[in-house]
Amino acid sequence: MHPAFSVIFLTTLIGVGQGLFLALVTGQVYSLANLLQPQDSIRFYAMGSALSLMFLVAGLLASFFHLGHPERAWRSAAKWRTSWLSREIIVLPLLMLFVALYGLVHYFGLTTPLFTIQGVISVDGSLILGVLGALAAFALYFCTAMIYASIKFIEEWHSPLTLINFTLFGLSSGFMLAAAFSAWSGVDLVGFYGTWAVIFTFAAGVSRWLSLRRNHNLVHKSTLQTAIGIRHNQIEQKSQGFMGGSFNTREFFHGASAGTVRLVYGFFLLAVFVLPVLLLGASYWLASPYLPVTAFVVQYLGLMAERWYFFVEAQHPQNLYYQSMA
Amino acid sequence: MTQMALVIDLNVCVGCHACVTSCKEWNTSGWAGPLTDHRPYDKDPTGTFFNRVQTFEVGEFPRTETVHFPKSCLHCEEPPCVPVCPTGASYKREDNGVVLVDYDKCIGCKYCSWACPYGMRELDEYQKVMKKCTLCIDRIANDTLPEAERKPACVLACPTSARLFGDVHDPDSEVSMAIREQGGYQLMPEWGTKPANHYLPRRKTRIQIFEDELERADNPLKKEAPLPAAEGETLDDVSF
Ligand code: SF4
Ligand code: SF4
Repeated sequence: MHPAFSVIFLTTLIGVGQGLFLALVTGQVYSLANLLQPQDSIRFYAMGSALSLMFLVAGLLASFFHLGHPERAWRSAAKWRTSWLSREIIVLPLLMLFVALYGLVHYFGLTTPLFTIQGVISVDGSLILGVLGALAAFALYFCTAMIYASIKFIEEWHSPLTLINFTLFGLSSGFMLAAAFSAWSGVDLVGFYGTWAVIFTFAAGVSRWLSLRRNHNLVHKSTLQTAIGIRHNQIEQKSQGFMGGSFNTREFFHGASAGTVRLVYGFFLLAVFVLPVLLLGASYWLASPYLPVTAFVVQYLGLMAERWYFFVEAQHPQNLYYQSMA
Repeated sequence: MTQMALVIDLNVCVGCHACVTSCKEWNTSGWAGPLTDHRPYDKDPTGTFFNRVQTFEVGEFPRTETVHFPKSCLHCEEPPCVPVCPTGASYKREDNGVVLVDYDKCIGCKYCSWACPYGMRELDEYQKVMKKCTLCIDRIANDTLPEAERKPACVLACPTSARLFGDVHDPDSEVSMAIREQGGYQLMPEWGTKPANHYLPRRKTRIQIFEDELERADNPLKKEAPLPAAEGETLDDVSF
């Protein structure tokens, strides 16, 4: 498949935004359970939500560049009963709303407990919004990944691993950003978020490795024989019906050389799984706020390469009809 | 229920592209148009088409066969391209089973094109909406046309009658009988899309001649003997 930059930006940016919001809510839940000291509402939670919202908005903007008619985008909420794309387009603004409200509640300090559960857990508005937002964030990971995983004949994508990868990559980059944000704003949570970021990065490494291996060994169901319905082992295409290419040759082939593909592959393995972990590790000793920030930036660039590779990996069966021109 | 469809006879198609050009002509100027072109008279011309004819060579020289393969939307009975459309722009008509795109609703997200295993949908680079074969819905559902012309433009144009058109749900239609009697098949049956369009396979034409047909046992010329004397007039002698 042809990797479109709008989609690469969309999926990676909202992944970070969702992950950061989940990190904030995790932090709040931990401090509620007295496992972490409580953080400043305005400086940490409100600013963190604003940052998460920025990523979500940037992702949404990127997605408009993918559309031929962005001015009609509102129509895309219509078929939520059948289309995962439609569902994603409904859940994304919903999550943005929760993130914004969560940030506002913290900003205006509306955190007086509304009620307590069994006299220990005091529930305030931010916690309710946080939990609702967290559910929306996970639902969004699911919807985004299902857009790809639900197409059964793009067999590289049609796997539960796609869902796991999208979620874990989003979580690792989001927690990475949370660590960077903590370091930058001088909050003592770099270790907490950093540890989770490393755990998620490691888990993502395992699941991505599994999917890379699966795709490497994949035997496609469709062949040129089933595509044109002629039972013969030797079939060679002589003409595609045109000389100058068509939508079919532009949209479904990546057009990159084998060397480029290998380069991007190596880069994403290094930049997603290795370098950020080393940089975070180094920040345990050198308490420099630049290290976690660099770790996040490097991993984000790596994730863009990973998403690019995700498209390049996918072999659409329609490509069988466009193998060669005499 | 009615399911209109094409049945394309690969045994007959000579790859002349008459269906391609007449499709383009009818549809670029009609309801489904325009089908825009880019650099039409330059190097690397490209553009939107509903129908293409590809060519494949089967076998190894000298035992090769050239197969011309017309390719357009198959109007699947379980079209995977329809449910994925977020706007409802892609739909399947209830009354005749034709799969269509509403250009006024389409946002050009291309998702449906990913969800067609056959690559039968093309995004129009100028109008930025998804386009595909309409089975000439503006002909086949147009009651003001004479009955004989209520057929897709490609079917009317085909000089060899390689393209049949009709209702594949009616067991007595020309297309159903052709599918049944001449081994009609579907493309990529493995995805359960149930394409309505069918293809008829290449068929070898062989004549079977038995020896006694070449050498008629009663052929009088075979006999090494003087020609039989006239035994009166035979029927051959009197009929003319
Ligand atoms: S051939 Fe492709 S575009 Fe046409 S109905 Fe089937 S899946 Fe949809
Ligand atoms: S490109 Fe148009 S028809 Fe296709 S899925 Fe998107 S909105 Fe629907």
